[in-house]
Amino acid sequence: MRSLRNSRQKNFKKMKSLSQKQVSFIVKPITFLLCSTPFLLLVLDTINNNLGANPVEEMTHQTGEWALRFLLITLAVTPLRKLTGMNWLIKIRRMLGLYAFFYAFMHFITYIWLDQFFDWAEILVDIPKRPFITVGFAAFVLLIPLAFTSTNKMMGRLKKNWQRLHKLVYIIAMLGVLHFLWVVKADTFEPLVYAVILLGLFVFRAIEQRRKN
Amino acid sequence: MAILIKKPNAIKASEITPEPVYLDRRRFMQQSLATGFLLAADAMLPAWAKRWPELSKSVFNTGDEVNSFEDITHYNNFYEFGTGKKDPQKNAGSFNPRPWSIAVEGECDKPGVFNLEDFIKPYALEERIYRLRCVEGWSMVIPWVGFSLADMLKTFAPNSKAKYVEFTTLLDKSRMPGQKRRVLRWPYVEGLRIDEAMNPLPIMAVGLYGDTLPNQNGAPIRLVVPWKYGFKSIKSIVKIRFTETQPRTTWNLSAPKEYGFYSNVNPIVDHPRWSQKKERVIGLPFWAPKRDTELYNGYGEQVAHLYQGMDLRKNF
Repeated sequence: MRSLRNSRQKNFKKMKSLSQKQVSFIVKPITFLLCSTPFLLLVLDTINNNLGANPVEEMTHQTGEWALRFLLITLAVTPLRKLTGMNWLIKIRRMLGLYAFFYAFMHFITYIWLDQFFDWAEILVDIPKRPFITVGFAAFVLLIPLAFTSTNKMMGRLKKNWQRLHKLVYIIAMLGVLHFLWVVKADTFEPLVYAVILLGLFVFRAIEQRRKN
Repeated sequence: MAILIKKPNAIKASEITPEPVYLDRRRFMQQSLATGFLLAADAMLPAWAKRWPELSKSVFNTGDEVNSFEDITHYNNFYEFGTGKKDPQKNAGSFNPRPWSIAVEGECDKPGVFNLEDFIKPYALEERIYRLRCVEGWSMVIPWVGFSLADMLKTFAPNSKAKYVEFTTLLDKSRMPGQKRRVLRWPYVEGLRIDEAMNPLPIMAVGLYGDTLPNQNGAPIRLVVPWKYGFKSIKSIVKIRFTETQPRTTWNLSAPKEYGFYSNVNPIVDHPRWSQKKERVIGLPFWAPKRDTELYNGYGEQVAHLYQGMDLRKNF
């Protein structure tokens, strides 16, 4: 009995701390594959004409929702790490954040290309005129510097400012939720689910902060 | 050691398929599919369902390419069965639109409550192929089966106080599961000014593609007003009321600044949150650009006079 408990505890400890090798050769490739799956499925559905009557709307919704999901998943890394002690999670955070950027970029491209068909006159009117597009566009633009400063080199170069810059992700997530909330017609259920999750992540951080002080 | 695997004798395709059939393969496929579809539809139709193979065609029919049955029945806004576009098709299957009765009330000389069969009987059904423009910015072309709304309304002899007509959808949470959530104020209500209603374009539709109206498209009877945004074309109607004052319509109550009582299709008057200049044509490949939206959805010749002298920005 005791030996079983011991081995369980050992296993749990193992899960908590993975070796550098395990992270590089197992965790990261799996994460990469999982994160790209929604995109691959979308491509597959597009090829197979499986997106329903309005494929462009479906592409817009899916890329947008995955961008928001990956933003929230990225923000959940620190709370999850603190709650479970699985410290290796921090090592996949960059990849998760970059996927949020990737899906946001695909969402933006879908709007520019498939939705507006490069009608720049209309796009340039739309962005400042439609509040939901304004905040969505702002969120995307703010993601760009974060993506470009995500390398180790940039982290080293920016030092303390890197942390400051990357705090922008909180604002980006809020803009993302607002973007979703402002585009729906009457059924606000889904965007509110994202809002509640984001609020939960904020509350966790606030509690952490108070504990530290 | 080499193993010799004998290939089966290759049978030439021409020996199986007669050449004329092969050359005409596209039409052959279409016909087989159509027959298959009709047979399948026959087996699935409930006893009260009707088919109208030969219908007179309306002079108002658009020449635009008609959307597929699949698109028309799998991409619907019918919040009574869920707010997703695929929800109505998923959730309306078990909805039984029989028996059905319709109450006619208000400012008219011949009000009453009628069962659906009696209600429809006096009118000649025809095929009306209309464009439908949704307020969300997409459009379809739909071959309805129906009859003139004006003819129907005249039957009930509206009096001089009848300035508007109000329509109400069925209210029944157990049969329309979407009504369990208060996304909108139930029951759904829509309305027209009496002169709009008496225009020859609006129809009461009871069918689609020569067949009984599918549940997700507003069975058993719905309104179709082709020059207004789709949400004006109320579905599954149980009550028609002639009124002196403007009906309080559902989307207008939900967001008065976004959905006006008139809601005529108009590329110049934007929805406050998005442009109405263009529309996504459902059925075209995803790389096709949108098309320009037309004033009154292209039905200006028939309806523009109704709004003469009105400020369309104020009366959106």
